[in-house]
Amino acid sequence: MSGGRLAGRGALVTGGGSGIGRAAALRLAREGAAVAIVDRNETAARAAAEAIVAAGGRALVLPGDVTSDADCRRAVEETTRAFGGLAILFNNAGITRRETILEIREADWDRVMEVNVKAIFLMSRAAIPVMRRAGSGSIINTASGWGLSAGPKAAAYCASKGAVVQLTRAMAVDHGPEGIRVNCICPGDTDTPLLRNEAYQLGEPIDQFLGAASQRPLRRVGTPEEIAEAVLYLASDDASFVNGAALIVDGGGQAGSV
Amino acid sequence: MRLKDKVAIVTGGTSGIGRATALLFAREGARVAVTGRDDRRGREVVAAIERAGGRAIFVRSDVRLAVDCRRTVEETVRTFGRLDILFNNAGVFHPHTTVECTEEEWDDQIDVNLKGVFLMSREALPAMIRQKSGVIVNNSSGWGIVGGDAAVAYCASKGGVVLMTKAMAIDHGRQGIRVNCICPGDVETPMLPDDAKKRGLTWEDYLKGAANRPLGRIGTPEEIAGAVLFLASDDSSFMTGAALVVDGGGAAD
Repeated sequence: MSGGRLAGRGALVTGGGSGIGRAAALRLAREGAAVAIVDRNETAARAAAEAIVAAGGRALVLPGDVTSDADCRRAVEETTRAFGGLAILFNNAGITRRETILEIREADWDRVMEVNVKAIFLMSRAAIPVMRRAGSGSIINTASGWGLSAGPKAAAYCASKGAVVQLTRAMAVDHGPEGIRVNCICPGDTDTPLLRNEAYQLGEPIDQFLGAASQRPLRRVGTPEEIAEAVLYLASDDASFVNGAALIVDGGGQAGSV
Repeated sequence: MRLKDKVAIVTGGTSGIGRATALLFAREGARVAVTGRDDRRGREVVAAIERAGGRAIFVRSDVRLAVDCRRTVEETVRTFGRLDILFNNAGVFHPHTTVECTEEEWDDQIDVNLKGVFLMSREALPAMIRQKSGVIVNNSSGWGIVGGDAAVAYCASKGGVVLMTKAMAIDHGRQGIRVNCICPGDVETPMLPDDAKKRGLTWEDYLKGAANRPLGRIGTPEEIAGAVLFLASDDSSFMTGAALVVDGGGAAD
């Protein structure tokens, strides 16, 4: 894989055991990056790493909780030690609660904010000094189409993802001068365990839920692999002048009313 | 090769971002029709592509004229057999406030930057609709999202491009056609020194201002071409109606 677009680079993907994180981990590895997979679900992280290794790539399994500062520091240290550096950080771990502010419990609000926003702060705080020493780095955060416009019964999720978009811009302004690019992706509905869990939370049959989610110009939901391509673009030198951007990957959902 | 067997049109392909994109498209396997108003520069771009082992034609064309746009698509399809990618890139810039801008300068910017996108897309879409696939990438600007000084007609035209991109994405998504735009910040193209001159600034002073963004520099045409390639390729298969800001963090600030 020495000829890939990310040859010789170390990458860390949070929530890399499933969905968009897993697809991105595999895609980055296919372009030559050595990939550390952080996930609370050790079995899932291990399976993703095995898939990378089976394809001839290099992977590291780091079971951990991204809302724990100690876990984040340890993840960055182990990745840097194993790969000799950390060039790419994909802050992807996320959860959702499909409730209004009248329905959501305070503990669930806090949990959404911790996983979706605070974890980006903690992991980036640990990773940026490593990137700064190298004089370059690329951080990609998973925001959402619902970080730009809102959807029903998802108040905490929308608030958290709006925060990710703006946190991305603030980090881009602060760390661009150090050669570190910070961008986010704003996926529309993508066929992941998280999306299927939303249907469950809302008590909707999955087929009906996916049908409604397909009401966008491209007439379908996305695949994790399609979102992973956007992550690869932002991680690679092809995006060397892209900083502070929110890349919408949603089949046209945000373009306007169909 | 990320554009193997694809056929692309690049308007304003004789210099700057258009030229860099035409070269990159060809390097990724596409056959490219380069359009523009300058024969000599157009032939030079075609020669550069051919030297690198690619295939290209030059079509002398003014995107303000429907008849030229029609001929561009006809010659492309006749030569290469299909049309997969349209990069609406041709653009002009006259730096003026509302008070200073002449009516001719207003019309020129709206006609090239905005109406040109309409005219070219109108001609290209039927071929793409027949194929049930196609990609249009429009060149907007950071100043299509935020305002800039002494650039009223330019800002209006580029803001128009962003919203036209979204409207076209909604209309043609179900036909398998994706429409996105790029919003470059200041890039090292002939447009920039020209702007400096019109504003009565030395290149050094102008560059200092333009580089004042988080990445601390202006962009290169090749970096913008990388974004166009991403949007033109299947790598962005779930993207339509998006505005990809490529500006070193200028708009985030």
